[in-house]
Amino acid sequence: MSNSTDFLLALENVTVSFDGFKAVNSLNLYIDKGELRVIIGPNGAGKTTVLDLICGRTRVSEGSIKFKDQEITGLKEHEIVRRGIGRKFQNPSIYEDLTVFENLELSIPRGRNVAGALFWQRSEEVTARVHEIAKMIFLSDLLARRAETLSHGQKQWLEIGMLLIQDPELLMLDEPVAGMSVSERVKTAELLNEIIKHRSVIVIEHDMKFVESIAHRVTVLHQGKILAEGNMDTIQHDPKVKEVYLGH
Amino acid sequence: MLTLKNKKIDLELVGFALIGLLIIVVLPLTVDIFRLNLIGKYLTYAFVAVGLVLCWGYTGILSLGQGVFFGLGGYCMAMFLKLEASSVANTKIQSTPGIPDFMDWNQLTELPFFWVPFKSLPFALLAVVAVPAIAAFILSYAMFKRRVGGVYFAIITQAVAAVLTILIIGRQGYTGGINGITDLRTMLGWDIRTDGAKYILYFVCCVLLLSTMFLARFVLGSKLGRLLVAIRDKEDRVRFSGYSVGDFKIFIFCLASAIAALGGAMFTLQVGFMSPSFVGIVPSIEMVIFCAVGGRHSLVGAVIGTLVVNWAKTSFSESFPELWLFAMGGLFIAVVLAFPRGLAGLFTDQILPWIGRFDRSRGGVLPKPAPAE
Repeated sequence: MSNSTDFLLALENVTVSFDGFKAVNSLNLYIDKGELRVIIGPNGAGKTTVLDLICGRTRVSEGSIKFKDQEITGLKEHEIVRRGIGRKFQNPSIYEDLTVFENLELSIPRGRNVAGALFWQRSEEVTARVHEIAKMIFLSDLLARRAETLSHGQKQWLEIGMLLIQDPELLMLDEPVAGMSVSERVKTAELLNEIIKHRSVIVIEHDMKFVESIAHRVTVLHQGKILAEGNMDTIQHDPKVKEVYLGH
Repeated sequence: MLTLKNKKIDLELVGFALIGLLIIVVLPLTVDIFRLNLIGKYLTYAFVAVGLVLCWGYTGILSLGQGVFFGLGGYCMAMFLKLEASSVANTKIQSTPGIPDFMDWNQLTELPFFWVPFKSLPFALLAVVAVPAIAAFILSYAMFKRRVGGVYFAIITQAVAAVLTILIIGRQGYTGGINGITDLRTMLGWDIRTDGAKYILYFVCCVLLLSTMFLARFVLGSKLGRLLVAIRDKEDRVRFSGYSVGDFKIFIFCLASAIAALGGAMFTLQVGFMSPSFVGIVPSIEMVIFCAVGGRHSLVGAVIGTLVVNWAKTSFSESFPELWLFAMGGLFIAVVLAFPRGLAGLFTDQILPWIGRFDRSRGGVLPKPAPAE
């Protein structure tokens, strides 16, 4: 058990049980700085639960989660976000009644208390930052559009953009290409390869083709435990993995 | 959309100006003081409706207990006025002169401690806003920090309205009971029952209402206003963008309640009494209906809706008193089924395009309604 490490994120012996059912069971997971980690696994393996635990949405029953060597279990969700962890939900989670610009503006990590929000000024710096991110997520021309009118894929990008503008050190994406067209998937893979240069990313994904196009290291979860971990090649030839997940 | 948004702001200002013109110029010139005083009473409900636009229309917090805050504001004002009306000279026939008459009837021989500070007008004026705001803070802190929301919050506010009514009625010696606090006469020696005073109070009410509308407009136009819409849409996303959602909900609920309380105080001054019949469940729900009919996403709509429904209520009750409740129920059903965004929604959806001055293909002028609550 390490007390001081170089890991950005360290989950040690993490267990969570819902009424006795262990959704995650003594899990150890370490993410390096600048790493892109893909978590795969069959339905109900506990993938989304792991993200919920890291971002504080679900409380751990046992074990510790350390971010930059500091314990984050027990912190409130918004406090964890402020430490530098961003999370994208499985379904696009954006503010449909606001414009793309406003969606991004609200995600800028400043003026986050009541007074700050009340007396917020839309400075040139803010506008420039919004434009910069909008360009990365292919939405430069749509800043004035109500988010509701975007396509499904564009909504996914917008949510990724809302995370990027927070500039988190760790970004967690839950099925970022779900429901996207083939060309959107290709663009998203490009986007992710761009994002990872500056930060660590955890991605949960089902689409194996997409995983192959981005994965550095893959963790396979099964029944709340790690079944295998390694690069894509090793994983694909692992007999245990084939049995529970890839073999069909 | 940004240019469209500018147009929307203009449109809202036009609405403010029209309301100001109507209530400050047109009505005082055309109706007698009895009717004007009645309209002044309606306008006090409009404060509540403006507060509901903030917390219900924009943030999605439905409160079925705004009467509590309206009432607390009204009672704070009434307590001061009652103490002034209960001078020793005025009450020398009582067994304990110098205390309000209803206390004397209930065998109280001393002014209760919480009444004492209300001898001071500055304290009473402060209390008009502070007491309801503190009550709203305690309630909303307890609820929103525990993430109680939606229907559960609405039910709890309704329960609070019921509890406060029962408390007021049950503690007759301290509160005046079911009759409320009546027979209010003067404020610092100024007789508030004369026609002249009623005119002045009416105009004070108008100016206060317009000021709170501008305050609400400032709040809704700030980043905080957009955050409120974001909270209504996707509360979790706001939380995971690093905001403490509860703080914002508490803030807007307290603001809405303080605004409602201002209305309550103006009610007491203009109508001359305050009673539990403006605190409980029924008046609280009526206030929500005023706001819904006018349009809960529109400050202008909420004020107009309040005036229209109350005017209808008065005219209806004068001719067919027994039918009003049915009409009110029918109206509410009609709003929910036919025009969920109220009169303001009808205006932007039907009349504006018809005039053809606004390019609707660029998106609605007003925010779309929240999913059905």
